[in-house]
Amino acid sequence: MTVQPAARQGARVLAERQARPPRFALSWSRLLLAALCGLVLLFLVAPVVIVIPMSFSAAKYLSFPPPGFSLQWYENFFNRSDWTSAMIQSIRVAFTVMILATVLGIMASLALVRGNFPGKDLINAVIVSPLIVPTIIVAIAIYGIYARLHLVQTFIGLVLAHTVLAVPYVIVNVTATLRGFDIRLEQAAQSLGASPIQTFRYVTLPLIAPGIFAGAVFAFIASFDELIVALFIAGAQGRTLPMRMFEGLRLEIDPTIAAVSSMLITFSVLVLLSAELVRRRSRSEA
Amino acid sequence: MTVTARRPAVGARVVVDPRMRRLYLRRQVALFGLLLPALLLLLVLFVYPILRLLVTSVYDQGSFSLEHYQRIVQVDLYLRVMRTTFTIALQVTAICLLLGYPLAYFLSTLQARTARLLLILVLIPFWTSILVRTYAWMVLLQRQGVINRWLIELGLIDEPLRMMYNRIGVLVGMVHVLLPFMVLPTFAVMRGIDRDLIRAAQNLGATPLQAFLRIFFPLSLPGVAAGSLLVFILALGFFITPALMGGRTDIMIAQLMEDQIRTQLNFPFAAALGTVLLAVTLVIFVIYNRLLGLDKIFGGDVS
Repeated sequence: MTVQPAARQGARVLAERQARPPRFALSWSRLLLAALCGLVLLFLVAPVVIVIPMSFSAAKYLSFPPPGFSLQWYENFFNRSDWTSAMIQSIRVAFTVMILATVLGIMASLALVRGNFPGKDLINAVIVSPLIVPTIIVAIAIYGIYARLHLVQTFIGLVLAHTVLAVPYVIVNVTATLRGFDIRLEQAAQSLGASPIQTFRYVTLPLIAPGIFAGAVFAFIASFDELIVALFIAGAQGRTLPMRMFEGLRLEIDPTIAAVSSMLITFSVLVLLSAELVRRRSRSEA
Repeated sequence: MTVTARRPAVGARVVVDPRMRRLYLRRQVALFGLLLPALLLLLVLFVYPILRLLVTSVYDQGSFSLEHYQRIVQVDLYLRVMRTTFTIALQVTAICLLLGYPLAYFLSTLQARTARLLLILVLIPFWTSILVRTYAWMVLLQRQGVINRWLIELGLIDEPLRMMYNRIGVLVGMVHVLLPFMVLPTFAVMRGIDRDLIRAAQNLGATPLQAFLRIFFPLSLPGVAAGSLLVFILALGFFITPALMGGRTDIMIAQLMEDQIRTQLNFPFAAALGTVLLAVTLVIFVIYNRLLGLDKIFGGDVS
């Protein structure tokens, strides 16, 4: 009997809550907002989606909807060495950048999260600044010193320049996972006799893997999509895919780009999905 | 003791024993060693080149001179480029805000699961190469493009509209690229707003509109500010979209820099332009960093 007043009061609060229309009832303003957002999402996604049917067009010129199905633009892409060599060059550069940036980035992240040395804030600022300094400035600055270092038009020159742009992505992602990490797990491993390297290999690495994966993906894409720095330092011999696409768009709008674009879009969607899967798996394990 | 008197790092113990202290210091040195490769790379290929760029910009034929900066403000053409750049960046920011705020708001009111699904739609273009997206817009907007042909077939226009190689093309292309940078930070802040505050306001007699304007909107401002500043600085340095979709007279600063180096071979003048762009960017960046950390945008986990 003594609980009854409290229970009654609780029930009244609940009833009131239900009686009050939910804040986001289906009202006209809500519908209008939803419609507007639908349009904005359409604006974001439609151009990306429209490229895919265009790439299978049988027409010699741009038309939508395409008049018939054909693989001519894909054939054109794979039969022309200027396109395929650019693609191969981009994959080689981006893959090397990804590995280099990921290794350097993991090392630096450990130091930045665990270390305690003077000037850490300044170092942090330096490390993230390539994300925010306009790429055109990085491009001309690097171009300015590469001539003297004889790195213009070299593979290693492009890889190093792209690594500068890619390392911050790895560091931002890895430090984020390292900060949410219970250091006592490492201390426990070490007190049980694990060496620092064993501790890293068997305790730290598996726990920060999602951050590393995200960082590596960002690093790969940062290099694979990069145009401006490459434009200044790569040269015609080491032409990357974005450089070839830029040429194809600047002179005339070459429909081969629709085929390239469709392949790149498929690739991005796959990457996005795998990143999502990795995160889900790591969450369900946690 | 002096080491631990300052704020200790994560996991650092209060070090009393000199032997322990030596171990601690050795560990710090080892950690600094891990940082060195990345730091060296950035110092040699990022910090040093940019410092050299700044120095180059104040030299003319071997002696100190502000000649290049004077040219920027004295020559009409260059002044116009500066004005165009700022105008376009402002216009792009305004449009992104207009489209991005309602979208972020709408997403923040949905259930987490639905919001995540719709966020993927925001992220797909975010992850797609700028060149791919620019190509798509060229297909849509050109004279014989998809939109013009549809409008003509529907009988809405007789002559194709000019939507490319002018300001419209640049704005559409840039907004498409930069909109996610507005939506993501705004959404992140909005999702952190306690909805009970709005319920409380309504219980106290506020209309939904009042509750929105007086409670929700002010609380969402940090996200809006962060998104706007980010979009604005990214827009200032844009090159690809204006180069491909812009008009010949509507030139932005990055295009002028490229032209000065690649066709005019005037590196010092391009360096001066770069310095101006860098100075503006850094000032805004400092403000930005005060408002919201960088990792909110560039981290993998956006939700």
